[in-house]
Amino acid sequence: MKNLKSRFGIHGGQYIPETLMNAVIELEAAYEKFKHDKDFNDELEKLLNEYAGRPSRLYFAERMTKNLGGAKIYLKREDLNHTGAHKINNVLGQALLAKKMGKTRLIAETGAGQHGVATATAAALMNMECVVFMGEEDTRRQALNVYRMKLLGAEVIPVTTGTATLKDAVSESFREWTRRISDTHYCLGSVMGPHPFPTIVRDFQAVISKEIKAQILEKENRLPDAVIACVGGGSNAIGSFWNFIDDENVRLIGCEAAGRGVETFETAATISTGRVGIFHGMKSYFCQDENGGIAPVYSISAGLDYPGIGPEHAYLHDVGRAEYVPITDEEAVRAFEYLAKTEGIIPAIESAHAVAYAQKIAPQMSKEKIIVITISGRGDKDCASVAKYRGVVIDE
Amino acid sequence: MSKIARAFAGEKVFIPFITCGDPDLDTTEKCVREMVKNGAGIIELGIPFSDPTAEGPVIQAANLRALNGGVTTNKIFDMVKNLRQDVIIPLVFMTYANVVFSYGAEKFLSTCAKIGVDGIILPDLPFEEREEFLPACRKFGVDLISMIAPTSESRIAMISKEAEGFLYIVSSLGVTGTRAEIKTDLAPMIKIVRENTKIPCAIGFGISTPEQARDMAKISDGAIVGSAIIKILAQHGKNSAPYVGDFVRKMKAAMI
Repeated sequence: MKNLKSRFGIHGGQYIPETLMNAVIELEAAYEKFKHDKDFNDELEKLLNEYAGRPSRLYFAERMTKNLGGAKIYLKREDLNHTGAHKINNVLGQALLAKKMGKTRLIAETGAGQHGVATATAAALMNMECVVFMGEEDTRRQALNVYRMKLLGAEVIPVTTGTATLKDAVSESFREWTRRISDTHYCLGSVMGPHPFPTIVRDFQAVISKEIKAQILEKENRLPDAVIACVGGGSNAIGSFWNFIDDENVRLIGCEAAGRGVETFETAATISTGRVGIFHGMKSYFCQDENGGIAPVYSISAGLDYPGIGPEHAYLHDVGRAEYVPITDEEAVRAFEYLAKTEGIIPAIESAHAVAYAQKIAPQMSKEKIIVITISGRGDKDCASVAKYRGVVIDE
Repeated sequence: MSKIARAFAGEKVFIPFITCGDPDLDTTEKCVREMVKNGAGIIELGIPFSDPTAEGPVIQAANLRALNGGVTTNKIFDMVKNLRQDVIIPLVFMTYANVVFSYGAEKFLSTCAKIGVDGIILPDLPFEEREEFLPACRKFGVDLISMIAPTSESRIAMISKEAEGFLYIVSSLGVTGTRAEIKTDLAPMIKIVRENTKIPCAIGFGISTPEQARDMAKISDGAIVGSAIIKILAQHGKNSAPYVGDFVRKMKAAMI
């Protein structure tokens, strides 16, 4: 009996050990029960507005627009949310749902640390236990976020298996969940993994495009011509796209991390270099070798350093509704510096991938056109690694 | 009745697991022959995968050693061909869905049938996703072995009814690895299995001592042991075969 709701075209599904099946079935039932529940939604909206600071601003980037000389550019400021990224939208939803399910403990994977910090934050707020799995390599790249999570009362477990990055943190979170299910919710951070996670996370992130739509209609009285977001697993991108999917004149563009280039082995651009496979509970596109082994991937951005992509993105790619483009480390770093100097906004290095693509296409578009870029997070966490990339030594 | 089911017709079955190519395929081949000689009833051959999410640290490390040694699916198929010159007991592959999917389900399973692999176990393929490989398994007569876990509860009957080969009963929560004690109350689970199928069932995960194998065999049709054998491989490397043989003999003896 295939669960039809679990599919996006051929992608998605529930490729997980039997031990976890009742846990995801229970999660799906709880989500179905609460997603239209007025009290649940009121409580979540209150948290999003009063605690996380929503709605986030849709900011007209006037200097960037003038400088590029083409389309008008708006920035969706998810970086201004509490904890500094879009991750909090999903985490507050899932933590609240977990609480309703009677769970007392949250576990989470994290790459750049943003999702881990958001989960630790929600756990502190809701008085839940929290354990975050983070690749050892990433604990070094993002030491400050490790400290933040601990400050918030979470336990951070460095993962040393495999490439010791995001993919291994996800694997270890799944392993931990099979060990301890009854009191534990796996608060997955992106639109990936087994059903119902891709749907739940998308629904909680869809607030981004819901707001963009209302805000752009108010400011411009029309829809944008393009919405651009960075894609690792793809949660801020699907959140930015979701309410525009039926608006066929709105181009939806996801920017993948090309690392040192799609022609090298040091890349994390899944759509550009991967093929269909089955991993981490889902069928989707994955970077893999000829034997089906998951390939080690690379990006300067710990948050995009993942060998797969969420199944709904894989579907949107297959049907041609969204475009996925690779952006290199160098392009992202330049965009990081560009937005800082032009608008006084330091974007997360992940979000800088989206800024970089806007820099490419805006000049070729006429002045009447409108681009919305989702700035999924703030870049304070990335200053040290960008400085290192530029050969600047920072003394702490 | 499939060849696997027939293996359970007599006494309790001991099912050892080995990761192919750890540290090389020569060693795997030698170990398999020792297992056969010392009373293994079925052998589980692990095809290594880069990210084995259902495995604990011991088998994860074995996967890594094997992959670093350059093993591939095709090389493992060749090894099985060699083994089949004299090994007649059922052989089953244990691997992850992407290894089969990437190879192509039809091509993978037709090769299994050709070289004499009787079943496959895919820990990341639950009942709901069986359709992914079931048609090809049926077409080429390879048993797709289902798993039942301590959390399966109401799912046990559903899974049992459709089971083929044997049922793999997961003894404990968590990933593979030796455990001092198996705490799950397995007897009630197995009762439901018996009510719903005639297919035999064997218990795996956490079994490492003859006493545990004996206890598990009492309530089921067999015991599956992986990590305890992989620990021998980790310690003795290319010289593991006699130690593995010795271990299998002791485990089997406890189950009679």
